Amino acid sequence: MSKKLLLEKAHVEGIRYFDVYRREGGYRSVEKALKEMSPEAIVEEVKKSGLRGRGGAGFPAGMKWSFIAKPEGVPRHLVCNADESEPGTFKDRYLMEFIPHLLIEGLIVSSFALGSNDTYIYIRGEYAWIVDILEQAITEAKNNGFLGKNILGSGFDCNIHVQRGAGAYICGEETALIESLEGKRGNPRIKPPFPAVKGVWDRPTVVNNVETLAAVVPIINMGGDEYAKIGVGRSTGTKLISACGNINKPGVYEIDMTISVEEFIYSDEYCGGIPNGKKLKACIPGGSSVPILPANLLLKTAKGETRYMNYESLADGGFASGSMMGSGGFIVLDEDQCVVRHTLSLARFYRHESCGQCSPCREGTGWMEKILKNIEYGNGKMSDIDLLWDIQRKIEGNTICPLGDAAAWPVAAAIRHFRDEFEWHVLNPEESQKRNYGLAHYADPIHVPVG
Amino acid sequence: MSDQQQLFKVTIDNITIEVPAGTTILNAARKIGGDVAPPAMCYYSKLEGSGGKCRTCLVEVSKGSEKDPRPMPKLVASCRTTVMDGMEVKNITSEKVLDARAGVVEFLLLNHPLDCPICDQAGECHLQDLSYEHGKEGTRYEFQRRTFKKHDIGPYIQLHMTRCILCYRCVFTADQLTKKREHGVLDRGDHAEIATFIEKSLENDFIGNVIDVCPVGALTDKTFRFKNRVWFLKPVDAHRDCPTCSGRVTLWNRGDEVFRVTARKDEWGEVEDTPDGKPGWICNTCRFEKKKTSDWVIEGPRLINRHSVISQGHYAGKVGTQMPTETFEAVNDGRKPKLLMDIHSVSEVNKPEVQLSLIDGPAHSKVFNQNND
Ligand SMILES: Cc1cc2nc3c(=O)[nH]c(=O)nc-3n(C[C@H](O)[C@H](O)[C@H](O)COP(=O)(O)O)c2cc1C
Ligand code: SF4
Repeated sequence: MSKKLLLEKAHVEGIRYFDVYRREGGYRSVEKALKEMSPEAIVEEVKKSGLRGRGGAGFPAGMKWSFIAKPEGVPRHLVCNADESEPGTFKDRYLMEFIPHLLIEGLIVSSFALGSNDTYIYIRGEYAWIVDILEQAITEAKNNGFLGKNILGSGFDCNIHVQRGAGAYICGEETALIESLEGKRGNPRIKPPFPAVKGVWDRPTVVNNVETLAAVVPIINMGGDEYAKIGVGRSTGTKLISACGNINKPGVYEIDMTISVEEFIYSDEYCGGIPNGKKLKACIPGGSSVPILPANLLLKTAKGETRYMNYESLADGGFASGSMMGSGGFIVLDEDQCVVRHTLSLARFYRHESCGQCSPCREGTGWMEKILKNIEYGNGKMSDIDLLWDIQRKIEGNTICPLGDAAAWPVAAAIRHFRDEFEWHVLNPEESQKRNYGLAHYADPIHVPVG
Repeated sequence: MSDQQQLFKVTIDNITIEVPAGTTILNAARKIGGDVAPPAMCYYSKLEGSGGKCRTCLVEVSKGSEKDPRPMPKLVASCRTTVMDGMEVKNITSEKVLDARAGVVEFLLLNHPLDCPICDQAGECHLQDLSYEHGKEGTRYEFQRRTFKKHDIGPYIQLHMTRCILCYRCVFTADQLTKKREHGVLDRGDHAEIATFIEKSLENDFIGNVIDVCPVGALTDKTFRFKNRVWFLKPVDAHRDCPTCSGRVTLWNRGDEVFRVTARKDEWGEVEDTPDGKPGWICNTCRFEKKKTSDWVIEGPRLINRHSVISQGHYAGKVGTQMPTETFEAVNDGRKPKLLMDIHSVSEVNKPEVQLSLIDGPAHSKVFNQNND
């Protein structure tokens, strides 16, 4: 049974409301932080905890906090990134919906640590009902003296504002989020300057994911060192994984990062295996932007070692034979799924969500979608596969924000690992309309050459 | 500003120069000039916040600085990256850069209509220049290009969104030169479009400058539309006493006829500064309404890069450059060119009997109209 730090109480009856949450030990970290700790000490604890950003990039949170500029007389802001729009990722929604006070609690402590008197939650527009839940939690916290002026007599003032997005994936990118928060078109900014120096209204700003900020609560309660003992290596603490696709028990799971990928998929505690006795074909372990892996490389690394659900192990082998933890959206494909079709649907998503600022992403995403459509619908050519490869190569690394990379990686990985399936589509245009390529050798325990 | 401004040493394509701290790589490269200067489609030094988008100016930083010599992991947009002391940059000496740039050119041309033969911008189009210099022949794109309807924005300007490369220069211009924010980008991705919010016309003394900043033919001057090709015109510097702007312009003439008026542009295609150091934007009155030579004090011919298409019609055979000696027949073993049609038989502008390059002085519309009356 793995340790739970965030969702332990998520299903206590009435935990959504302040009274129950408080009775269950909620807001202890605020009392501890504001009464006993200095902001610097909190940053120090978070550094010690080894907590890494849960929004996708996995950047150490404590380090990010220590970068924030502190010019005299300029307000600073903390922004909570609740834009969660990556296909396959729905962990923040679960947390905010079931245990909203945990986020508010984390936000208060983090705001204190960063000196943010006005803290923002930027939430994706489609999560309309969660806005109400959060607003209510904020009001309750305020009525009980945990928000507003002079919190718990510490002299620290803090207000939390909830801002709804208008339904754009790109507004999850931190600088696009900041633009959008300022009321502008959500185009990512060109960095540097980084938000830590010039963020919202050119003030120093920290943007963190919902889960990252919620994790500050157990860190303060148990101490950074204690938190760092959970997990392995640089993957400390617990991680929320939203699992979906061809599994018996889709949902959000909190794992400590010591379990293997195989256990996660097949054990009854988590995904509960694949329905109808089907076999595992492929999986995207960290949300739609990270490389897809065939079953054999998913369960074992190229070196033949067991692959675990943590940052290092999932990335083992680099992009040649590994993937990424990303934002924790775990998408499982069984033997009946078509990788070409799947890649097409992701390409369509990125084409639709590109902000259109930079030429490679704006034009390249549309081009890739059209080519993939041709291949999927039996009009592809062999040269299209190489062309796709070349297009993604020219997008990757040449764009303003990582959406370009996120659009390139799934295509690259699909061709890298499933090239024969693409070729089969091209060679069998009619048959490919009627049946799928199937499992092929993707689950065979063969050594896949790197490259 | 302090008197002793810090100077940074930067080496671009093996050429070292010193520039003030805070200079961007692109501007440092422009100081060196020539091929070392990366092409830029969206950056415009006179517009705050511009640049970073088109990705044509990507360069490789092979050494970060003297203090931190690590190379930068990715290519960077030279227009938005400032130099560090001891930085080493590779532009045309980097295979990676050339490859990425060729990719960017291909992306930019993907949905571009290539209607140059009927586009007013042809001859002074930055995308044309970019494609010649950095692009590949042919396209690998086999799909229908995106198209948009043409829009008139105001009485003087037409927006032909199909040609737009979304450089955002006009957005910054409208934002920074004019008081109201009424011009921006709607939608996103490859379906994004420049628009005045719900088709409101742009009415403003300086809005005509969006035509000058547009690197392609997406924003064109309606008073000049289809009137002439720029390389048949002679650019002449002129000024007038204008209450609204500096009144310093370039007239594009044919004989005494003023075909169009633009701001004066420097070698990077940007509006030149006036003597007081401010960008020489011009007002709508100067641009659209003063179309008589008598409106202006002529200063003299504008110097144009000899390699520019605009120079081609004027100077060959006259100022020392040689007329080509080889004829089509000579090159093709005596075969005559097979033409689908003779452009001169339909064109209102060209007359076969008129050899532009042999006319003394500026070509004049009378020369062309002689035979018609
Ligand atoms: C296209 C794009 C979309 C993103 N969407 C989200 C998102 O929905 N939620 C999120 O927390 N981070 C998202 N990120 C990552 C953020 O830019 C940022 O790294 C993150 O919010 C930092 O928080 P963390 O350090 O706590 O992970 C996105 C990044 C990109 C490039
Ligand atoms: S990479 Fe795509 S989404 Fe990101 S700034 Fe460029 S066009 Fe916009």
